[in-house]
Amino acid sequence: MKGSEAIIESLKAAGVEVVFGLPGGMVIPLYDALYDSDLKHFLVRHEQGAAHMADGYARATGKVGVCIATSGPGATNLVTGIANAYMDSTPMVAITGQARSDLIGTDAFQEADITGITEPIVKHSYLIKNPKDIPRIFKEAFYIASTGRPGPVLIDIPADMQLADIDYKPAGKINLPGYKPTLKGHKKQIISAAKAIAAAEKPVFYAGGGIITAGAEKELLAIAKLMKIPVTTTLMGLGCFPEDNDLSLGMLGMHGTGYANYAVTHSDLLIGVGARFDDRVTGKLATFARHAKKIHIDMDPAEISKNVAIDIPIVGDAKDVLAGILAELKKMKREPKKTAAWTDQVIAWKKKHPLHYKDEKGSIMPQYVIEEINRITKSEAILCTDVGQHQMWSALFYKHIKPRHWVSSGGLGTMGFGFPAAIGAKVGCPDKTVIDVAGDGSFQMNIQELATAVCYNIPVVVCILNNGFLGMVRQWQELFWNKRYSETVIACQPDFAAVAEAYGALGITIDNKKDVGDAIRTAIKSKRPAVLDFRVKQEENVFPMVPAGKSIDEMIGGHKT
Amino acid sequence: MKHTLSVLVENKPGVLARVAGLFARRGFNINSLAVGITEDPDVSRMTITVDAEEHPIEQVTKQLHKLINVIKITDLDPERTVARELALIKVKSDTKSRAEVMQLAEIFRAQILDVSRKTITIEITGTYEKLDAFEQLLQPHGVVEIVRTGRIAIERGEK
Repeated sequence: MKGSEAIIESLKAAGVEVVFGLPGGMVIPLYDALYDSDLKHFLVRHEQGAAHMADGYARATGKVGVCIATSGPGATNLVTGIANAYMDSTPMVAITGQARSDLIGTDAFQEADITGITEPIVKHSYLIKNPKDIPRIFKEAFYIASTGRPGPVLIDIPADMQLADIDYKPAGKINLPGYKPTLKGHKKQIISAAKAIAAAEKPVFYAGGGIITAGAEKELLAIAKLMKIPVTTTLMGLGCFPEDNDLSLGMLGMHGTGYANYAVTHSDLLIGVGARFDDRVTGKLATFARHAKKIHIDMDPAEISKNVAIDIPIVGDAKDVLAGILAELKKMKREPKKTAAWTDQVIAWKKKHPLHYKDEKGSIMPQYVIEEINRITKSEAILCTDVGQHQMWSALFYKHIKPRHWVSSGGLGTMGFGFPAAIGAKVGCPDKTVIDVAGDGSFQMNIQELATAVCYNIPVVVCILNNGFLGMVRQWQELFWNKRYSETVIACQPDFAAVAEAYGALGITIDNKKDVGDAIRTAIKSKRPAVLDFRVKQEENVFPMVPAGKSIDEMIGGHKT
Repeated sequence: MKHTLSVLVENKPGVLARVAGLFARRGFNINSLAVGITEDPDVSRMTITVDAEEHPIEQVTKQLHKLINVIKITDLDPERTVARELALIKVKSDTKSRAEVMQLAEIFRAQILDVSRKTITIEITGTYEKLDAFEQLLQPHGVVEIVRTGRIAIERGEK
């Protein structure tokens, strides 16, 4: 068997059904083997699109996303997508071709040291130097990518390794002496955490993407209900706790809800689960949850006490640890009304000061578009976003009720992520409505993937909140730089609906508020890729907002509670 | 505060780059790094001395542990550790000063490796401090070149 065929066998052994990629000279043998295989390959228009599609596919399905590129420029085009997956802990395997092994190091045509380039942004990487290693390396790569704290793994394969004849044997048992993720939480720490939760009068859950990775939503909901604990989620955690529940506080942090930020600030116990105390969440570290004892449950020991000192650290799988805490809590005799005053107060804050915006006559308010998407899809769509104001409005004004229905670039903040990620999500979940909310700036960063969506008829609906600006930067310039809008005005704008039509997609421009709902419904019903260009109010801002370096209770546009 | 980390890694290509790269991008300051293979040919040992003033050593070791090829990390307790460094020092010395330089070498139990008309090359092993002291005594003669290995260390006793 050829090395390239061994790659296909290894992918199948790992349960792979779909791959996203673009061929080139150094992966022709692999593509030749793909030609005869029953793996579904999606040809992208730019390798960055392939990486984001694999990422979106992984987030929506929980499986490992796979992307393929050729050597050199193909490989380097994956870099942003790999970094994005790394920052958001998405399981991904990126396969890159490489110059023939005897040419490595000679600056050969289309040679780039991709394992070196990606070293800081992968969980692990391989350069295959012996074709016999192919089955083992692929097995290890998928194992590493999907276990522990997930992340991207890169496999670089010289062309001659793909061509070599090998005696294919499926990989044996994995032997990685340096890789043993801790799954089970420490029993004593679990008991301490349960005791601290039972003793707390003002507890708050701070829930992150790790809950979704671990599939620990039920356990989180059960503890929150049992002990009456309000839950705020990070951007990555949206959907891990149903926002239609009274105890939900929505998102916290820089653009978090006022009630979430106040609850955290006034809490006496903060229970962080699968979240990493990111600077966009904590604001000024010295004042973050300053009265609270802190529990931190995380898969990655390096996250514990990295930014914030933790009183009760628990390393382990969130599902296992929360189940352990729940069992302990059920055993304990507790005062049922201990947190009642606190939950009442938090729910009262929430009712009194809900998220709001001023509806202006004659304008389409961006928040209104999100609310319409929410109403029409009944909060059931997979919502993907790029990065910027539209992302924050989507985070705030859409009701996130289910896990794996929110696909957004958190850690890296990658413009151009949302649309290809939406394509990946739709490929993985063909029965779901998939909506990509985009900015007019960010959509243009991977607009060419319209061809991919049209070619395979992947009916995602792109809703551009078109305000003619790089909106989030403009907002900062307005608030902190004396309205000096340096290079944030997007002066030359294409007709997005016409661009969509030119690619063969459905394109609609919406100038009136009354047409918003119809356009969304038409696009969803069309079962075609669609681009809706909503001409929204230009200088609308995202509020609440915590200025950089301030405490999270010092919000602009929030309410004092 | 200087820490000596003894790091067992899989003897695979790229491991050194991964370790060094991690230190660089996390802003941890490496003082010295020495690598060699161990009694097990599949395993190498890196001895890394690191200045842990700005970054807690705990964060350094935890991040290091995330590398798939890193098998075990020990933060060596200086009280229970034997540490050595080796230096080759080429120092100016003519007939007039030769005796004095050789005498210094003898006091420090250093070896003379090479003598030329104008220089003497000396090999010295010992602790970081001993090597520093020796180097300082040689300075007035004119040190031409110094090559140091960085620290290697092993725990005392049966462990």
